[in-house]
Order: sequence, then structure tokens, then C-alpha cells
Amino acid sequence: MDNIVTHAPDFFSNSQAEATKAIARSLWNRVLTSVCVALSLLTLVPLVSIIYLVLKNGLPLLSWSVFTQLPPAAGMVGGGFGNAVIGTIVMVGIGLLMSGPLGILSAIYINEYAPASRLAQAVRIVAKLLTGIPSIICGVFAFAIVVSTTGRFSAFAGGVALAVLMLPTILLTSEQALMGVQSAFREASYGLGATKFQTIVRIVLPDALPAIMTGIMLAVARAAGETAPLIFTALFSQFWAKSLSEPTASLSVLIYNFSTVPFPHQIQMAWTASLVLVAFVTLANITAQLVFSKKH
Amino acid sequence: MSRESSDSKPIAEVRVGPDLFHALCWVASALAVATLAWIIYEIVTSAWPAIQKFGFGFLGSSSWVPNREVFGVFPFIVGTVASSFIAILFAFPLGLAIAIFLSENFLPAPVRQVIRFVVEMLAAIPSVVFGLWGIFVVIPIIKIFGDWAVKNLGGVPIFSGPAYGNSMLTASVVLALMILPTVTAISRNALTAVPKTLREGAYALGATRWEAILGVILPTAAPGVVAATILALGRAMGETMAVAMLIGNSSRLSWSLLSPGGTLAGLLANQFGEAEGLQVNSLMYAALILVVITLFVNVLGELVLRYTQSQTAGIR
Repeated sequence: MDNIVTHAPDFFSNSQAEATKAIARSLWNRVLTSVCVALSLLTLVPLVSIIYLVLKNGLPLLSWSVFTQLPPAAGMVGGGFGNAVIGTIVMVGIGLLMSGPLGILSAIYINEYAPASRLAQAVRIVAKLLTGIPSIICGVFAFAIVVSTTGRFSAFAGGVALAVLMLPTILLTSEQALMGVQSAFREASYGLGATKFQTIVRIVLPDALPAIMTGIMLAVARAAGETAPLIFTALFSQFWAKSLSEPTASLSVLIYNFSTVPFPHQIQMAWTASLVLVAFVTLANITAQLVFSKKH
Repeated sequence: MSRESSDSKPIAEVRVGPDLFHALCWVASALAVATLAWIIYEIVTSAWPAIQKFGFGFLGSSSWVPNREVFGVFPFIVGTVASSFIAILFAFPLGLAIAIFLSENFLPAPVRQVIRFVVEMLAAIPSVVFGLWGIFVVIPIIKIFGDWAVKNLGGVPIFSGPAYGNSMLTASVVLALMILPTVTAISRNALTAVPKTLREGAYALGATRWEAILGVILPTAAPGVVAATILALGRAMGETMAVAMLIGNSSRLSWSLLSPGGTLAGLLANQFGEAEGLQVNSLMYAALILVVITLFVNVLGELVLRYTQSQTAGIR
């Protein structure tokens, strides 16, 4: 009893100090939380601003005719970007035709045939390094091997540049897709007497297909939005392309060209083209995620 | 007899098909590996005349005068490095805050989902659209800020006037937005990879949430966050279109953030279309420097990332 009484004041004062310390700690906790939340919400501002402006400036000109008409000449009104839409589709198509089979086949090799081989390790490292190469370097490469040798800017050169850009994405996502196939499936297939080839073609690939498609969608979405690889390989054109070996318009280069001219109509058309591009890229991304989540 | 022959055909097909497929997959892999070597080979051979003529002086020379055939990329190397570092300065705190925010349970899951979606949307917006937005939104804002800064802070070299809209600062601000998803995604992976036991241990010792984050979780995840920053730096250095549209593309060196500058990627984007002769070779030389810098930064980032993974692999 005595002890408690004599220690009581000491005990209380201690707890008071501790209480203020606890309050300070919890206050500091609150402050940091608010800062963190505020910084996170701050990122909403630019995105909302971009989407708002793309819609506000892009919607007025958006009509069916912009997809069917040629770009207006400097200072002129009207027109559209039909040739740029087709150019983008054609060049992304060429890129996909080259990088798709290459990426998927090498993914099969490094995941199914020889996962531990030197070649497989080299493929993984190179694919990683290729993802880190600036997209404009893909354009420089296509310039060196196509534009310099043929002596002209062309849709084909643009396609080659996009193929290099898409290759690592397709390769690495396909590898992930194949890795996602349960090994029990493979073992069951071997157990039933299937050969390696039969297992890959009939069991592994069908199961991995949705995830592979996701990778392709992501690669297409990225390639469609890229400007740097096209700017000096496909260049631009005011007219409908008649072949793959002539300068070709694309949506992204149109935005770039029209954004720096002093004519309000052209600038508005750049916004409309941005709207089409952003809508396409977003749609492709969402589809990719839906296809992926269907499987998982 | 007839049965045998009908059987033998499919067997032959089965044997040739698989081998062919195996070979095809091998060839595809070899081609994929060859791509990188091919890219570097093509750039080096195309740049060779310029490399021979200018040597290493190309890196240190500041004059880029195509009609006198004098080329040097020092201002563009400085611009590439400076714009990326300033962008990181902006993107790092934001990205880290979002990563912490997404890996902790401050707010209900739906709110976190929205933030995550927003950041992923930022990654999906094409570079050229960032550039267009930058021209009409960021440039005017930076111009206003620049005029104010020159008036009030003009004594500081980085804010010396006159203030331009197309400036290093404008390009860096937009770059920061563009690399934010990279910083966020990789930092978040590093934070969620911190073993649960460490976090619980900190809470059990009476730590508040932020004492746990600052004292235990962040130090554990630090190498991963560093890797995120390095990889984002690599991305920023290679980013082309938005920078080319906003930075002003000047080869004049200046201490001021409010003056125009230039980057290697922007130089390529602006001049390749109309270049001829030695200018093409010099641009290829510039491309080679860009490849070497970005490859170096990316390899460094990957190594740090691997080191991180090997470090946290033990504790679970």
C-alpha cells in the first residue's frame, strides 16, 4: 500500500509524458497518411485534364467523314484523316505479322523445348534489353536497313520499326503465358502417350492462347500509339497510299505534324485524332485485361 | 499391303512435322537474339564515317551546324541526362507515395482500384498525346510560373531569365507524368514483396503504421525502389515525342530550367527526316550514344532488381 502511494505521483507523471508522446506519434501518423493520400490524388489531376481536353477539343470534329476523307491542306477547313487510320492499321499489321510468329515461336522454344539452354537464357536477356531500348531506336534501325537501302520512306519501313518495338512484348508475355500452363496438363498428355509436339500444339498452346492474345493486344495498343519509330521511316502523306513502298500517313504522326502548325482547324483535327487514338488504345488495353481475367 | 501404306504416310508426317517445328522455334529464338546485335551493328556501320571524322570529340563538342558539316552532341547529352533526372525528382515522391498507398490498406479496396486504374491509364496514353496536352496546358502554366520565378528568384542560376514556355522544366514535368507508372508499378512490387512477418513484427512491438513503413517496410524494399527509379530513368532518357514537342530543341547550353534545351532522342526525331550525307552518319552516332546510355542504365536497374529479389527470397 505504502509503496503504491509513494510511487503514484511518479507513475501518473510518467503516463502523462507517455500520453503526449502517444498523441504526437498518432498525430505524425495521421499527417503522413494525409500527405500520402494527397499525393496519390494529385496524380488524378493531369489524367482528368488530359481526358477532359481530348474529349472537349476532339468531339466537335468527330464524325463519320473524318474516317473517310483526306487531311486538309495548310489553312484549309474540312477533311479528315482516313488515310492515317488506314496507314496506322496497315503498319501495325505488318509489325504484327513479323513479330507475332517470331515472338511466339521463340517463347515456345525457351519455355517448352530448351528452358535451361544457353540460347534460351540469351533470348530472355535480349528480350529484356530490347524492352529498354528507346522506341526511336527502332525507327533508326528501320531507317538503316530499309529506308537507306531502298532510298525511300515507306509503310514497309514503318512496319519493320514497329515489329522491333512489338517483339519483346509479345515474346515475354507469351513466355509468361506458357509458364502459366499447369505442368500437370503436360504430364497428363505425356502419360497418355502424346509426343512433345502433340503436347505443345494440342494441350499447351490452346490453354495459353488467351494469355498470348493479351500480350498481342498490349503490343498492338502500344505500337498504334507510337510516333517516334514512324516519323522518319513512314514519314507522312497527304494522300491515300497506293502501295507499301511509298510514304504513308499514320494517326500519331498526324497529331505531331498538326500540333505545331498555326491553323486552329488543323490543331482541332490533331485533338480529334488524339481522341480516336486514346479511345482505341484504352479499348485494346481493357479488352486485353478482360481476355486475361477470363482465364484466371 | 494397302493398310500398311496408308499407315506409313501419317507416321512420316508426324516425324517431319515435329522436327520442323522444333527447328522453326530454334530459328525464331536465334533471330530474336540476333535482333539486338543487328540493331547495334547497323547503327555502328551507319555511324562509322562520323565516328572516324569526329572521334570522341563528338561527345564534347557543342556545335551542331549541318550546313557546315560540324557536329557535336554535348548539349544534347546534357539535356537528356538533366531532363530525366529532373523528371525523376518529380516522379519519385509521387510514385513512392502511390506505391505505399496501394500496398497498404488506408482506404477501401475500390478507392485503391481507382488510383491503380488511373496510373495504368497514364501508361497507356500515347507519348504524342502527352505532347499535345503539354503544348496547350503545361507550357502556359510553366510560362506563368517562369515569369514569376525570374522576377522573384532570378538570382538563382536555374531560374535566370528570360522564361520560355518551351523549356527544360516543361519537358521534365511531362516526362515525370510519363514515367510515374514505371516508378509506381516496380516500387509497389517491391513493397508487397516485403515478408508479412516483418510487418507484423513491427506492429507487435507497438509501432504505428508509419513507424512500421518508415522503419521496417521501406528499408527492406529500398533496393527494389532504387531499381524502379533507375529503370524509370532509362525510360525517361529514351522518351522522344513529348520531349521533342516541349523542350524547344535548342543546342544552346544554359543553367536555367526555364530556357529551351534538347535531348538526343529529340534531335533524332527532328532531323532524321531531312538529313543527308554526313548529317545522317552523325545522327547515327548520336543514336549509338543514346543506345549505349539507355542500355547501361537498364542493365544497372535489372541487376539491382535481381539483387533485391535474391535478398528477399530467403525471408518468408
